Amino acid sequence: MSKLTVSVSPHIHDKTTTTLIMLDVIIALIPAFIASILIFGVRAAVVTMVCISACVFFEWVFEKITKRPNTISDLTAIITGILLAFNLPVTIPLWQAVLGSAVAIILVKQLFGGLGKNFANPAITARIVLFLAFSVTMTNWDSPYDSTNLWVYPIDGVAGATPLALMWRGETEYLPSMLQMFLGIRGGSLGETSNLALLMGGVYLIARKVITWHIPVIYIGVVVVLTALLGENAIYHMFAGGLFLGAIFMATDYVTSPQTKKGKLIFAVGAGLFTVLFRIYSSYPEGVSFAILIMNILTPYINKYTQSVPLGRKK
Amino acid sequence: MGKIRGIKPPHNKNTESGKLHVLPIPEEVHMPMKMHSGKPAIPIVKVGDEVRVGELIGEMGGTVSAPIHSSVSGFVKHIEDRDPVTGQEAITITIKADGKQTWDEKIAPHSVNSLEEFYNHVRDSGAVGLGGAGYPAAPKLAIKNLDSLDYILINAAECEPYVTADDYTMLVDTRHVYHGVKLLQKFMHPREKIVICIEDNKPEAIKIMRDTFIAEEKVEVAAMPTFYPQGERKVLVYNVTGRIVPEGARLADVGVIVSNITTIAVVARYIETGLPLVKKLVTVDGPLVKNPKNVLAPIGTPLRTLFEYCGGFKGDIEPSKIIVGGPMMGYAQPNIDVPVVKTTNAALAFPREDIKNLKQTACIKCSRCITICPMSLMPPNIEAAFTHKNLERLTDLRINMCVECGSCAYVCPAKRPLVQTMQLSKKLLRMRS
Repeated sequence: MSKLTVSVSPHIHDKTTTTLIMLDVIIALIPAFIASILIFGVRAAVVTMVCISACVFFEWVFEKITKRPNTISDLTAIITGILLAFNLPVTIPLWQAVLGSAVAIILVKQLFGGLGKNFANPAITARIVLFLAFSVTMTNWDSPYDSTNLWVYPIDGVAGATPLALMWRGETEYLPSMLQMFLGIRGGSLGETSNLALLMGGVYLIARKVITWHIPVIYIGVVVVLTALLGENAIYHMFAGGLFLGAIFMATDYVTSPQTKKGKLIFAVGAGLFTVLFRIYSSYPEGVSFAILIMNILTPYINKYTQSVPLGRKK
Repeated sequence: MGKIRGIKPPHNKNTESGKLHVLPIPEEVHMPMKMHSGKPAIPIVKVGDEVRVGELIGEMGGTVSAPIHSSVSGFVKHIEDRDPVTGQEAITITIKADGKQTWDEKIAPHSVNSLEEFYNHVRDSGAVGLGGAGYPAAPKLAIKNLDSLDYILINAAECEPYVTADDYTMLVDTRHVYHGVKLLQKFMHPREKIVICIEDNKPEAIKIMRDTFIAEEKVEVAAMPTFYPQGERKVLVYNVTGRIVPEGARLADVGVIVSNITTIAVVARYIETGLPLVKKLVTVDGPLVKNPKNVLAPIGTPLRTLFEYCGGFKGDIEPSKIIVGGPMMGYAQPNIDVPVVKTTNAALAFPREDIKNLKQTACIKCSRCITICPMSLMPPNIEAAFTHKNLERLTDLRINMCVECGSCAYVCPAKRPLVQTMQLSKKLLRMRS
């Protein structure tokens, strides 16, 4: 007689796995990846591939050295690589991209215990580190190459200061049109500019139930409302900077955002608030990465005060 | 506040159409003295005794207990400890059937003229909660504050995949369901109404029940949205009445009783014919079963006989997992010869590829489990508290309110063994207090 397995219930499970969820995130990032190549040239793909390879490599090496189980197959290192690349200018020296990958994977993710244990979003934190360490190359929106070839900046108008920087300096006469803003034909980090492509990814993630609409919609909504109240061009602010990329792909990171719906609402409102404060009152034109990092840090406290109340619990 | 919603596993109700099959009398039946929660029954027969169908062979072992009657006529072959069905050791009486199915001469219709008589009949019928929990029906119905009883919910949600036994009770035993409900109305007269709660994936049963109770003013047939665990009693109470059962309280404390629909039919049949609970409708299904069927089987029938009756296993592959009950909360069995007991509503067989070890990975804090927990608990936090053996935190997180429905483990993309963690956490708290 064959052996019967005796195990605890349930005896059936949903087919979803961590890997499949992460695969969906990668699929959702593909439109923005294609847009980045069309807008910023082939070098956008090179930067992205370098970040992906470096992130996967550092994850593998770290786990090898520390004798932890290999987790490459969960695909999260690939996502970190893509998101980090999307937060860099297309002209970034490749060694800096590799350094940023090391910061993201080793410093922010693995040293805290690996997947699920880090408190801050690895790609966002690495971007901030690079931004502070290499503020010249991280804000170099001009091409070092011949802008007539396809290597970088194949189309007109995407080399040059970002719209947020222009607004911040008050040089509004050089601002791109609203349609250019929506399509992403403007200066900026290579994966952040095409709101159309990012939106497609967001809709996909919501349709696949990987994320819910709450964080992106509320985050973007708060930015629109607050900038309008402050007399800014709110729609322009919505399409500028890394708001769509941050709100759809970074602020919804499971590990570094709150557990309950209530917590997520607070997180989204806070991220929106800090984004506007940074954009308008700080000495930097951009605010999304700082805002998300701050909310990452606050997440354990948000979790503490927004736990779900068991049905019928007595105090 | 909105209604509770849960998960939507594939229904796999392969047996929902088709006729009811009556199993030929097996050669032997095994009657465990513990087919219910509470105290086990005490055998009152000895080896060699002749017994008849419906004859009392185990008497109640306490107030929360249930009598056990022979499901066949024949003689007592063994009285011994046998493999448990629900993880609890029990003395089992094995009866060799003579195939004649002679009824016990004491079996006769009963009259019922008072609440006390009604309760006595419920007790003597051997009825227990047939939804799976097996709580003896008599102590459940005999509530202290009958005056403040508002609702009786007849649970026919049957939210577990595969299982269609209650569905069939409504289709083929409509008369006893009707009489059961009328008895509850007559003797317990809830102030609001009796609600028959059926998930809306059983349109035929809903129609039959609506037609049956069309003239009854205080009986409602509610078509409930289909999700798991709609039939969990606290979920059902909340979704039907809007009442929240406070932590540690009984359902009766908020004026509600929930009873499984087949239990009610068993009580009605006992009063009408005198035949106690000796046979059970069992859904025999699972990916490995050749011809899935609903089978009316004598209690005590070995599962092997049921599977053989349903054509055996596809490709003659030996099953790798046998489950008694549904796949969400049922019990995996250590061997295929365990008997059908009162609470057995399904026997499922799964092949190896369906049970291969799920690879556990790190929690990614996706919060799916938190979103779907019907009790609004926080499984990842409980898991963390359990890992750190933090008893204070486990208490604070209300681990004792977990109903072990398994929804969290079902949705977990990292395949964390959350139900096991819940069970071990409860055990840890019990041991330390």
